Amino acid sequence: MNEQAIPAQGHPLLEARGVHKAYRRGAHRVEVLRGVDLAVVPGEFVAVVGQSGSGKSTLLHLLGTLDVPDQGQILFRGRRVDNVSARTRDRLRNASIGMVFQFYHLLPELTLLENVLCPWMIRYGPWAYWRRRRELESHARELLARLGLGHRLYHRPKELSGGEMQRGAIARALITQPELLLADEPTGNLDSRTGGEILRLLASLHREQGLTIVMVTHDPQVAAAADRVVQLQDGRVLAADQPAAMRAAG
Amino acid sequence: MYKFLLCWRYLKARWIALASIVSVTLGVATMIVVNAVMSGFQHEMHVRLKGILADVIIESRSFEGLPDPEAHLALIRRHVGQEVESATVSVHVPAMLSFQVGGRWITRPVTLIGIDPATCASTCRFAEYLQHPANRSRVSFQLHEGGYYTRDPEGGEKAGVRRGMDLAGWPWRRWRARQRLSAAQGTSPLEGQAKKPQGNEQSSSRDLVHLELSAAQLRQSGTSAQAAAALYESLLKQMGYRLVEKQISPQGDLELLAAPGVGGADEQSLPQDPFAAAGQQEQKTFDPAREQYTGCILGMAIASVRRSDGSEDFLLLPGDDVKLTLPTAGTPPKAVTETFTVVDFYASKMSEYDANFVFVPIDKLQELRGMLDPETGTRYVSSIQLKLRDPSKAAQVRDRLRKVFSSTYYVVQTWRDRQGPLLAAVQMETAILNVLLFLIIAVAGFGILAIFFMIVVEKTRDIGILKALGAHSTGVLGVFLGYGLSLGMVGAGAGLALGLLFVHYLNQIADGLGRLTGHRVFDPSIYYFYEIPTLVDVWTVAWIVLGALAIAVLASVWPATRAARLRVVEALRYE
Repeated sequence: MNEQAIPAQGHPLLEARGVHKAYRRGAHRVEVLRGVDLAVVPGEFVAVVGQSGSGKSTLLHLLGTLDVPDQGQILFRGRRVDNVSARTRDRLRNASIGMVFQFYHLLPELTLLENVLCPWMIRYGPWAYWRRRRELESHARELLARLGLGHRLYHRPKELSGGEMQRGAIARALITQPELLLADEPTGNLDSRTGGEILRLLASLHREQGLTIVMVTHDPQVAAAADRVVQLQDGRVLAADQPAAMRAAG
Repeated sequence: MYKFLLCWRYLKARWIALASIVSVTLGVATMIVVNAVMSGFQHEMHVRLKGILADVIIESRSFEGLPDPEAHLALIRRHVGQEVESATVSVHVPAMLSFQVGGRWITRPVTLIGIDPATCASTCRFAEYLQHPANRSRVSFQLHEGGYYTRDPEGGEKAGVRRGMDLAGWPWRRWRARQRLSAAQGTSPLEGQAKKPQGNEQSSSRDLVHLELSAAQLRQSGTSAQAAAALYESLLKQMGYRLVEKQISPQGDLELLAAPGVGGADEQSLPQDPFAAAGQQEQKTFDPAREQYTGCILGMAIASVRRSDGSEDFLLLPGDDVKLTLPTAGTPPKAVTETFTVVDFYASKMSEYDANFVFVPIDKLQELRGMLDPETGTRYVSSIQLKLRDPSKAAQVRDRLRKVFSSTYYVVQTWRDRQGPLLAAVQMETAILNVLLFLIIAVAGFGILAIFFMIVVEKTRDIGILKALGAHSTGVLGVFLGYGLSLGMVGAGAGLALGLLFVHYLNQIADGLGRLTGHRVFDPSIYYFYEIPTLVDVWTVAWIVLGALAIAVLASVWPATRAARLRVVEALRYE
């Protein structure tokens, strides 16, 4: 157990302990993660930086319970989530973890509003959803309006700009009011101005609502928006965790 | 919830899904149409195959037949009385039919059947195949004055003309009698102006003769309207017609309306006819113009020749005389010949029957064959036919009767036993066709499978997104199974509507195709019916639709499982 991985302030929300992950590419076994330790406390904005192929996306998938590690543990609020049933992980993802991807990953057949409502639809059966639809829909409208998308509710993703799509994806990630937001290269597909907007949005969410964010990027400039930067190289954490205060000072 | 929304949106948005909907639609429509037409044909065929057969038939193995049918019937009633609705007896015997056409004798082998006109109609489908409306309601072996069907009454507008049938009956018999007489005397019956009563061209209805001569026509032939009227009046009278109306317009046009002379009118006109009087002098015992021999009903195909346009020409008409030569019941059988008058035709449209059967009254046949015991007055018959209250119990009744009537002397059969080989052939045909059709549907099923795989590949990323948002594998499975089911429902629904519409307008479509290509799709002269018969069985349709739904769901099971098993990480990496 790496004591360093746990920052001083309080109990970590999300924790990776000695995580190993390897993929099979044909006959080759590619070791992507070789013992990663990471701890994120509630209310933190952490950026994971690394070259492409350093395993940062894989780490994010493991943290988001989309995949399970070969070795090591993933803990969410101090409870292991890597060895529980697929259904439990699905529920956790739906309720407590929001995810934003580089390519937005909105469903092309649905309108923006329906996309944002998707996590609710997944959580509730048809009857329960139907009964609560007014409440849920007004919530989604409100959220979209706050993100500046109030005029785009009934547009399909292909009718939106990249920035709008990414803001829509963030709205979808936030609709269920999760404790944790995982972002995989959220600005990777946007020009610098729109990318900056997205980063400011994430930062303000973090600052104003105390949302815990883990962001993966290859760009140190993007990573600068975060409180804390974790360097990942060849499947290992390179730079030791720095408390936010130290980084700001140095 | 998302399952339904996504199913619905995928259905609306994916054009490729249209291909699988169309394949289901076409498959279902084809199955419905083919099954409807096949059961239509099969139904017609069953009706025709059954023909004059009753539900259960008891026959004697002996050529002489079984004696005392009343005693047999009493025995039958005692054993299976509650099942029997009605019974009739008949005599079957092979015979030779001879008739004269254009002065030559034509002889044909036929099956002579003696029937009881009173009980036959209620036991077998016999009366409904006769070609005079009065005979259909009550079978009679008396020649009618006229009114035989000049077109097939079942054929509607499409039925071909029966040339000469408008003359059939007594008018034809009278005309033939005069013709024969004048031929014997070497003179023309009407002084060189002998004409057949022109029915087709000049009569406005079957019974009436309607003559119209314009003033110009009369001028050309150099007579006045008055003189022509008098001439035609006398001609019509000699032909057995009586004048109903005579009109000469101010312009000089002549119009005459004559009806066949019946009752008093006929009696009045005939004594004035010198040839009829001459006939009476020569043949005091039998006047062919006024009397008939014992009636017989000929199978229509014996007497007529059918053309490809559906019209028919006749070698014989009701009113003609024929000779029948038949074997007596004694041992060895001797041939006896007797003259009969054709009084009607039997047209069941089952060519085997129509070209073979000649029906005569049973008592006449029994007399001729000596199937009558002179001492006791006991009559012999060849078979007893039973109509059952519930035709589906035929096999059961047959088995019970077999215990009563020893197989040494009797053959007890249901009509299905009689037509066994043919029915089995039809059954086999149906089975083979259904296998082939199922293969077509299977092809459609594989089409759906392929299209579904494409959709799953296309939707890989979306599946990953759904899972990332917390959707479970079973949910994703549900999306794609539901998608398959809804594709099946839309396709089968459209196919159902299309198929039923097609069946409903099948004959119009066939006619339209015929006009378009100049080639007749359905030739009535082949099958003896005028429209493609169809029969929609609700259960067959229900099975087809259910089967299509099942195939759509089954075809989506494999792609859907694949979609459900997709690893989220790989699905998301897909770009």
